[in-house]
Amino acid sequence: MLLGAFLMIYPLLWLVVSSFRPADEIFRHSGLFITHLDFENYTSGWNALARPFQSYLMNSAILVIGAIIGNLFSCSLAAYAFARLEFRGKKWMFGAMLLTIMIPIHVIIVPQYIFFSRLDLINTFVPLLLPKFLATDSFFVFLMVQFIRGIPRELDEAARVDGAGHPRIFLKIILPLMTPALAATAIFTFIWTWNDFFSALIFLTDADVQTVPVALRSFIDASGSSNFGGMFAMSIVSLFPVFLVFLFGQKYLVKGIATTGLK
Amino acid sequence: MEVIGDHGRLIQPEKLVTAISELKSSVQGGGAKPTARRESKAAYVFLLPWILGFVGLAVVPMATSLYLSFTKYNLIQSPSWIGLGNFQRMLHDDRLWNSLRVTFTYVIVSVPLQLVFALAVAMLLDRGMRGLAFYRSIFYLPSLLGSSVAVAILWRQVFGTDGIVNQLLQMIGIEGRGWVSDPSTALGTIILLHVWTFGAPMLIFLAGLRQIPTMYYEAAQMDGTNRFQRFFHITLPLLSPIIFFNLVLQLIGSFQSFTQAFIVSGGTGGPADSTMFYTMYLYQKGFAELQMGYASAMAWALVLIIGAFTALNFLASKWWVFYDD
Repeated sequence: MLLGAFLMIYPLLWLVVSSFRPADEIFRHSGLFITHLDFENYTSGWNALARPFQSYLMNSAILVIGAIIGNLFSCSLAAYAFARLEFRGKKWMFGAMLLTIMIPIHVIIVPQYIFFSRLDLINTFVPLLLPKFLATDSFFVFLMVQFIRGIPRELDEAARVDGAGHPRIFLKIILPLMTPALAATAIFTFIWTWNDFFSALIFLTDADVQTVPVALRSFIDASGSSNFGGMFAMSIVSLFPVFLVFLFGQKYLVKGIATTGLK
Repeated sequence: MEVIGDHGRLIQPEKLVTAISELKSSVQGGGAKPTARRESKAAYVFLLPWILGFVGLAVVPMATSLYLSFTKYNLIQSPSWIGLGNFQRMLHDDRLWNSLRVTFTYVIVSVPLQLVFALAVAMLLDRGMRGLAFYRSIFYLPSLLGSSVAVAILWRQVFGTDGIVNQLLQMIGIEGRGWVSDPSTALGTIILLHVWTFGAPMLIFLAGLRQIPTMYYEAAQMDGTNRFQRFFHITLPLLSPIIFFNLVLQLIGSFQSFTQAFIVSGGTGGPADSTMFYTMYLYQKGFAELQMGYASAMAWALVLIIGAFTALNFLASKWWVFYDD
């Protein structure tokens, strides 16, 4: 089992070690031993592309933060309505919401592209952030609905008897009690947005708005020339935030996946 | 015992308590009807972002894309209606059929393989070994990183001509090859990458295995069954809803997979179109060649394929998925 686990992450370990090797030595070693740390790749990779790497990191960070705020806000509102309120059309709306999980992004991205290019919003963050503020990640709505259903209704009832309306009940009772679901949403949103390649590739074509994954891709594109060292080093830089989230958010990740099957 | 609720629906006894308290509060609030109407109003306010998103970013785009699929459209000139032209063209598009073949191979090989792996490892971990949390994390890590561009780049190098796979093979005296640049193995490396990310379904299986009462196994053991019998007659049936759930999710997801093949093949789908996934071909047609009509038709064909597979899955599930209650 230990051997299996080691084999599983061997490529990742090799990537880490290689990023500290002089560029011309990377492919001469398949082992993990290293005599000294060479940061040359990090400095060369940082400045190898059209813009210095912090520009891409910054863009990714803005998108991630925006997406997290958007998802927490819009999905929790929708989830409260679905889990706690009675209204006309609830059944089919809930069904429609679940159905959108199944719909491939390709059916909607072409018209979205046309729409956003008409509004001159290509190469801005709007096409990537607006959907998050409109609760289009149904997975998270579903996760939160499931969670809210587990909160005893007596708590709402007590508050209602005390004269609290729905906004108060939502803000003062439900929201504080659903922090685990909110944490899972935030963490998954972080990872998915950070790794998101397809929509960033389509909506962000100018170098100054590009995100980390799109930038990494241009290492392959612009190559021919082979700055493998720099490419590896920047790969590590791009994986590092996800790894940190993994370390500190594990508890929520594991719970979130086990209960809903999110990736 | 079931009681008929106020709207003629059946409600369960435990819900009756809350129903009564709801009734009480509605009496105090001055009659049931205004409360219900007020609640409806509140609900729509809470749902406003979702409704806007659902209509504006899902329903309208889908209708538009359906319309575009019957047109020729390049973003510059306005769409011109060509009826079933795009779909007829699809029937005779060899590269499209090839991309379908590639995608089906990928889905049909990698999804079951990944799930078998996930289940096997989950069962090993469930036997209560030491360091469970540690192993769980290690095995899960690739799932988190696997969808990133960085890992796809790494994969391209690991399986490259002078990558570590070939170096390791050389040590045991096997002549390697350019796994990524050889049309007969390139798709295999991407399948392997998918299988490598078995951590997420493994976690779901692990949670499922925990739910199976150990007394079932103890009773079966007393009856003198062997390990295989216990696996096929206890574990598998009780786990079948979770296997089904994983299968549905993975199928839907892997039909749409894009990033890995795009990066590993350097954006070309090569060598010789051997990693040209359906979604990559769609991307090329739509966003590189601006054939928005054709791309829309392709997208709807994908919806139909995924829908058909999911429906098939649900139909077949009647035969092999076992629900306890």
